[in-house]
Amino acid sequence: MTAPLLDATGLSKTFALPRTAFQPARKLTAVAHVDLSLAPGATLGLVGESGCGKSTLARLLLRLAPVSAGRIVFNGQDITSLPESALRPLRQRLQLVHQNPSAALDPRLTAAASVAEPLVIQRLASGSALDDRVRQLFAEVGLGPEFLRRYPHELSGGQKQRVCIARALAPEPQLLVLDEPTSALDVSVQAQMLDMLAELRARRGLTYLFISHNLAVVRQVCAEVAVMYLGRIVEQGSAEQVLGAPRHPYTQALLASVPRLHAGTVPTATPSEPPNPANLPQGCPFHPRCRLAEPACRTGSPPPLVNGLACPPSS
Amino acid sequence: MTLVEIRDYRLAFDTFDGTLHVLDGIDLALEAGQTLGIVGETGCGKSVLARSLLRLNESPPARVVSGAILFEGQDVLALPERAMRRLRGRRIAMVFQDPASYLNPLLSIGTQMEDAIRGQESAAGEAKRPRRAIRDHAAGLLASVGLAEPHRLLDSHPHQLSGGMRQRVLIAMALAGNPSVLVADEPTTALDVTVQAQVLALIAGLVKERGLALMLISHDLGVVAASCARVAVMYAGTVVEEAPTAALLANPRHPYAQGLIAAVPDIDNPAHKPRGIPGSIPNLLKPPTGCRFHPRCALATDICRSTKPALRELAPAHRVACHHATPEHPGP
Repeated sequence: MTAPLLDATGLSKTFALPRTAFQPARKLTAVAHVDLSLAPGATLGLVGESGCGKSTLARLLLRLAPVSAGRIVFNGQDITSLPESALRPLRQRLQLVHQNPSAALDPRLTAAASVAEPLVIQRLASGSALDDRVRQLFAEVGLGPEFLRRYPHELSGGQKQRVCIARALAPEPQLLVLDEPTSALDVSVQAQMLDMLAELRARRGLTYLFISHNLAVVRQVCAEVAVMYLGRIVEQGSAEQVLGAPRHPYTQALLASVPRLHAGTVPTATPSEPPNPANLPQGCPFHPRCRLAEPACRTGSPPPLVNGLACPPSS
Repeated sequence: MTLVEIRDYRLAFDTFDGTLHVLDGIDLALEAGQTLGIVGETGCGKSVLARSLLRLNESPPARVVSGAILFEGQDVLALPERAMRRLRGRRIAMVFQDPASYLNPLLSIGTQMEDAIRGQESAAGEAKRPRRAIRDHAAGLLASVGLAEPHRLLDSHPHQLSGGMRQRVLIAMALAGNPSVLVADEPTTALDVTVQAQVLALIAGLVKERGLALMLISHDLGVVAASCARVAVMYAGTVVEEAPTAALLANPRHPYAQGLIAAVPDIDNPAHKPRGIPGSIPNLLKPPTGCRFHPRCALATDICRSTKPALRELAPAHRVACHHATPEHPGP
């Protein structure tokens, strides 16, 4: 087995919620004891509902937020507490594409300037080499030279997202973290974007961490899937297994909730909503909504992930 | 019985850059108790159409160019504002996309529910009722949308509610006037998928219990397929196809409807590769001549560039606006 490109063990993140007039100071555990390993060329989908900690986990992995506990190893190097100066050259290898391309681009920069920015900051190119590089990147994401001098407001949502991807590709990353890259796009544009992402990965040998709440999209893009619920990974495995034959009741509930084109009926609803992450239930965090919950699920600490499943079989 | 009938409705927005031709000759009908879904991508005019039923598009910039919107035979577009107030909420009620922005964060749920109920009753010219009776009415409405402990909920504020609960509160408010038509504009887009399933089940239940006619606007074909018996596909301000949902999904005739369906990834069948539609939506300041889809259509010919195709009935209750769709061939 090849050494993993990125390896996280026991990763946790807690936020301190300040005391307010109405509540004492509290701790919110956004990510709890996550183990994650990405082999070179892997495509891992991270799915879960809003507030489950998937974006926070991504920020931890990219060292965009300080880690509360755990270890992150990238390319064999421990980057958990690397100082910013030592981290900077590594940032070329780890890039992020945000959800909302309109917010991710500076409205005062042309598309070409946005894509050139990381190359300038990292001193990777200048002068005519820089121009050539930017043109090349535009071509790679399917944008003609006529888009170079456009401003974000002159671009459609899909074109803006292409610019964002070109910018992320500029410093030749190994790992691309894609945080809901298509959720702001229309479905006809989304399909084009998924095609392009598959092509880029094949051509550049990229590794993807693909964050999405859209299970169908994840199934298209990813070979592996991790399902998060309230800061924990509750199920992990191949996309075929996790999304094709889910074992965790939460994964099953998620899949049953997706409206199907040809079902002709309303999808099966799971009762209630995720609890407040600052006030988690005892035992398995999913037990208040679980149709299989037993007394043992309601006490003790949350079940650990064993063989890709955080749900102990009933004894 | 036809409750709502939209006839050759054209709406333009006058802006500093020129006139946006937002809706271009919409013909649609909604029968009592029927569920009609309207799907289309960003900017196709589906929300503007929904808001038109209640005349909620601010004018200016909105300007009705032609057409009529009949509710029980009465032209909504010609009604005086007083009569309009009796229609809004009492006959046609609306639920919007983002439940957080339609509730006042400073007022309790109870105050806002009471306002809604009082507003309905005064518009109808009914006698004032004591506050206690109105509060009980409000609690009853909250219970009818599946909210537990409705009396306690009346004292809470919007920030104490989850997204799904807020949307239920807004649906309860929409029911305050006991309407016969519910217009839901992307009611589940801001919600997570498990909560979306709950809200869709709630809407389906209300439609059945109360015999509501439903117009559901969504960009998500799956949501519409789950909730509506009929569906209309919109593109750039026109209805390009309208049919029973199962027929449209199984046998879409319009190239845009075909493209839209082919672009949806299928979670149960990952081997199906979603296909995008080349090109992008037109600028409505200068919409394409003829069929508005022609610049992106693989089948476009001269007639598509010169003449706007009419919605023609190609199979029973299956209408298509495409010059190349014929009754003999399944699909153009």
